[in-house]
Amino acid sequence: MTDRSGTMLYLNGVSVAFDGFRALNGLSIIVHPREMLAIIGPNGAGKTTMMDIITGKTRPDEGDVYFDGRTDLTRLDEAAIADLGIGRKFQKPTVFESHTVWDNIELALKGPRSVFGALTYMAANDDIARIEGILDTIRLAGRRGDLAAGLSHGQKQWLEIGMLLAQDPKLLLVDEPVAGMTDAETVETAKLLRDIAQTRSVVVVEHDMSFVRELETRVTCLAEGAVLAEGSLDQVSRNPAVIERYLGR
Amino acid sequence: MITQLVFRALDRKASWLIAAILLVAVAVPACNLLIPPGQFGHVPGYLVTLFGKYLCYAVLALSLDLVWGYVGILSLGHGAFFALGGYAMGMYLMRQIGARGVYANPVLPDFMVFLNWKELPWYWLGFDMFPFALLMVMLVPGLLAFVFGWFAFRSRVTGVYLSIITQAMTFALLLAFFRNDLGFGGNNGLTDFKDILGFSVQAASTRAALFALSAILLALGVFVCSMIVNSKLGKVMVAIRDAESRTRFLGWRPENVKLFAFIVSAVLAGLAGALYVPQVGIINPGEFTPENSIEAVIWVAVGGRGTIVGPVIGALLVNAGKSYFTAALPEYWLFALGALFVVVTLFLPRGIVGLVATRAPRRARMTARNDTVPPVLHPKAEPAE
Amino acid sequence: MNAGRLIPIIALLLALAFGAPAQAQTDDATLTALVNALPLGNFKEREVAATALAATGDPRAVPVLQTLTDGELYVIEASGQVVFVETSGAGVLATDPVTASSLGEFAKGDVEKVKVNNGLRRALRTLIGQMTLLSENRGTRLAAALSVLRDASPDTLELLDSALAAEADPEIKTVMDVARAAIVLKTDASSAEKAAAAQRIAERGGREAITILTGALAEAPADLKPAIEAAIDSLERTRAVWSVLQNVWYGISLGSVLLLAAIGLAITFGVMGVINMAHGEMVMLGAYTTFVVQEVIRGSFPGLFEYSLAIALPLAFLVTALVGVAIERSIIRWLYGRALETLLATWGLSLIIQQAVRTAFGPTNKQVGNPQWMSGSFELGGLDITYNRFWIVLFAIAVFLALLAVLNRTPLGLQMRAVTQNRRMASAMGIRTPLVDAMTFGLGSGIAGLAGVALSQLDNVSPNLGQNYIIDSFMVVVFGGVGNLWGTLVGALSIGVANKFLEPYAGAVVAKILILVLIILFIQRRPRGLFALKGRAVEQ
Repeated sequence: MTDRSGTMLYLNGVSVAFDGFRALNGLSIIVHPREMLAIIGPNGAGKTTMMDIITGKTRPDEGDVYFDGRTDLTRLDEAAIADLGIGRKFQKPTVFESHTVWDNIELALKGPRSVFGALTYMAANDDIARIEGILDTIRLAGRRGDLAAGLSHGQKQWLEIGMLLAQDPKLLLVDEPVAGMTDAETVETAKLLRDIAQTRSVVVVEHDMSFVRELETRVTCLAEGAVLAEGSLDQVSRNPAVIERYLGR
Repeated sequence: MITQLVFRALDRKASWLIAAILLVAVAVPACNLLIPPGQFGHVPGYLVTLFGKYLCYAVLALSLDLVWGYVGILSLGHGAFFALGGYAMGMYLMRQIGARGVYANPVLPDFMVFLNWKELPWYWLGFDMFPFALLMVMLVPGLLAFVFGWFAFRSRVTGVYLSIITQAMTFALLLAFFRNDLGFGGNNGLTDFKDILGFSVQAASTRAALFALSAILLALGVFVCSMIVNSKLGKVMVAIRDAESRTRFLGWRPENVKLFAFIVSAVLAGLAGALYVPQVGIINPGEFTPENSIEAVIWVAVGGRGTIVGPVIGALLVNAGKSYFTAALPEYWLFALGALFVVVTLFLPRGIVGLVATRAPRRARMTARNDTVPPVLHPKAEPAE
Repeated sequence: MNAGRLIPIIALLLALAFGAPAQAQTDDATLTALVNALPLGNFKEREVAATALAATGDPRAVPVLQTLTDGELYVIEASGQVVFVETSGAGVLATDPVTASSLGEFAKGDVEKVKVNNGLRRALRTLIGQMTLLSENRGTRLAAALSVLRDASPDTLELLDSALAAEADPEIKTVMDVARAAIVLKTDASSAEKAAAAQRIAERGGREAITILTGALAEAPADLKPAIEAAIDSLERTRAVWSVLQNVWYGISLGSVLLLAAIGLAITFGVMGVINMAHGEMVMLGAYTTFVVQEVIRGSFPGLFEYSLAIALPLAFLVTALVGVAIERSIIRWLYGRALETLLATWGLSLIIQQAVRTAFGPTNKQVGNPQWMSGSFELGGLDITYNRFWIVLFAIAVFLALLAVLNRTPLGLQMRAVTQNRRMASAMGIRTPLVDAMTFGLGSGIAGLAGVALSQLDNVSPNLGQNYIIDSFMVVVFGGVGNLWGTLVGALSIGVANKFLEPYAGAVVAKILILVLIILFIQRRPRGLFALKGRAVEQ
């Protein structure tokens, strides 16, 4: 594969097996700075495992995983990787249910992560302004004082995207962001992600083809832990292998 | 910044609680010492000691709540920290006996003379000085918590596994302290104390002072815990309790946060044990039994975990109930305690404080953040869905 | 006669009595008459009387003849009765040589020694030899040879040599050979002869050989010492191997107890994710069931006592399984997914059950008897194995295999495995997970009951019985890895063996502490135990 310098995310020949089952099988993917990549593929294609490996939850059996062209992610744990500037939104929205919407964002807000830093933390005006701004973006400003547990599924998705934004990451990994959203919300989400991709790299995993179309970006189709096809959505969806294995006739 | 921290610690509930505890700290000793016996309002000496004991238990409950209620670490070995603090204080008190022991050895405590020990073991050195003993009261439990937590949290031992190894920890200490050659009095522990800082431990005024100190320690504990849980760190703690791996992906290090809470909690428990020992007059390996630690868990559960007030109320109520039962219906105390475990977990998962909060929904919302019980801890074992 | 002399004789007597049960027994009156004839007449007549006595072949005659040879046989002057005597203060205590009953105290003047001369002595030795080492009965000869080996008295060398020459049985010949070697070491034979003798003893092996050689080492000439030392060394090595094996056996025995206590827990924890702190109390209920069964048998059917454990097993299983199902249905099912709460609720239950048993049966230990077949011990090579431990190890293996079969070969097992791996999916496929949960909990509790029956044979049956096992059981399960019976087996055995190997160096308590600390450290290296399930499902 090509030289990894100048890439934001660089996966080369990544394989991992669980009890004999090969979840990833020589996966290679590159994401450039300020680029959005949409990943599609059938269940069990290894999409979530790929995210687990990038974020340090799972160690690959073999292969290279580099961030920003120089940092070897396989040597770091989740917190260190998050600190580097990789944010992740989970498939199943995972927000802190017994915290308020505001506190959820505040916990994600970029800043010192040390114990004593957190103990003595006082919200500065900048921080408050940032949180306000994010709440406006994700349209939860009116519910800032409510517990996250009380939000609808779609709102939790938005809150999690808000938490991603608060982290101010260089690379966003977004797993099925529009599940449980209305069509209008889906369009909004696509717009938001396109905006984000103006300044950062974004990897979106999604099943919803109309949403992927809205993203207007490069698409990679995974199957059985490896890349099946790459290109624009139209190119990929015309690929016979993709039709065979994923889209169906 | 310090003032802001103090201000934040003293939210309305904590302020009321601290004020109430401080009032008790003054009122009970006053009623004991100033109002003559027989007159209305006199608090007899044995009650002062009994209540003082309860206050120490309340501090233990509070310390346990800090890790269980807020970070989700169910420690079944917190009695170990309590007992270690107690032993450190007991060693100071033993050294204070001096030549007044049965064998009148000016240096060696009676049990060492009895076992034919010729000189003081190195780890008993320095315990004749109160400041050193006080340091050890905090340092020993804190150090154990550090070492244990360092390994456990770093390797991500969580949930019931963690609970069980904390239980094994206190069990191992129990076995160790039963041994005579460990040098802590074996089976009999440390007892026959004479005086503390030059005051007789039997004197009414000393007992009143120890009571007041216990209350002040409790107030201090409430203050410290309140300061922690009201800070951003407190929010991180609750976040770890509810969704540990999510906090990692946000860049937090749950192992460090847990370690901090565990150490603070252990030191608090150690201090509680240190004040407990001069009031009850003995410390023996029995304090290490796993049963003791689990009993402390039920105080927290009864009062309401994840709240500052809950464990204090729970410890006081359950122990008052225990004192009543063991005197009036000794046969039934274990039935009552067992039933309490079952009933609280089945019907009162948020404890008494949660019950009150549900009754008053308007107020509940204000305190909702602290009162919420963690949702499902092991989603995979959930039958429905 | 002095007591030191008496002991080998009694040993010989016992060896004869037990070694040859088929031996001729003469009735007491005839024998007494023959014994009382010994002091009569001159030495020649005494020899005839002794020959008549020996001809009975009665083992009781041997000590009489031996005592006579030693010149320690007395006769009561007044009655003419021949007796064994023992000095007691100023007088003597007399014992009937035939019935072994005490005849009371006599003044020293009342008894007289039965005199012997050298000729009579020689004749007596031959007679004794014919009754023992030269006896026609194989058992008698073997027992006599073993007895000679134990004493290794140079006096017997002559008799032994003639016996050796006559002996045809290879086993007895070997024993006699070794006995001769042991005797040779005590005589002033040549170095070469002694070295050969030491070699022969070393070949036989065993603790006695070490004792014989160690004894000989002190008196041995300098040039012989290295040979004996080498022989002792090699014997010590063999013994060390056996003692390691003995330790392994103790470890396996402890491990099997741990396995029994933990295996039910492994099922409830592994399948349901339920921490059952009342598990120990299920064991305790099983033990109490055994107690009740034995009480009923003692009261009404004493003949069935040997079968009491077999009767108690199904009953204990039933009782504890029912209690388990009741607990699951009434409490635990409301707490699924809240493992820590389950832990607390079941702890509460354990307090209630303990106190209930204490109220019903009292706080003291209950006596549960061992049937005959559970008592005693046997030797296997150099191992000393008690029957109760032996049966419990077999029982633990049987329970383990049965459980394995239930899990792998029955529909319930299939459903249980399905639920362990993916509860939601199992439920979606039409498995009634609540029923599986109840059955699983019942099965786990029932096995705890079986463990209780076994433990009643080893431990005190008291309301606290279960508490002693609960922490150990958890350690086994957590160490072995959840959801894997083999893990539990390996965990239990390795903890048991490790414990027994640490004990000699550290003492029982410190060994236990060390094991706890090691497990705590191990869990932190491998939080999911030895044999953990891997993959994505586990992490969620």
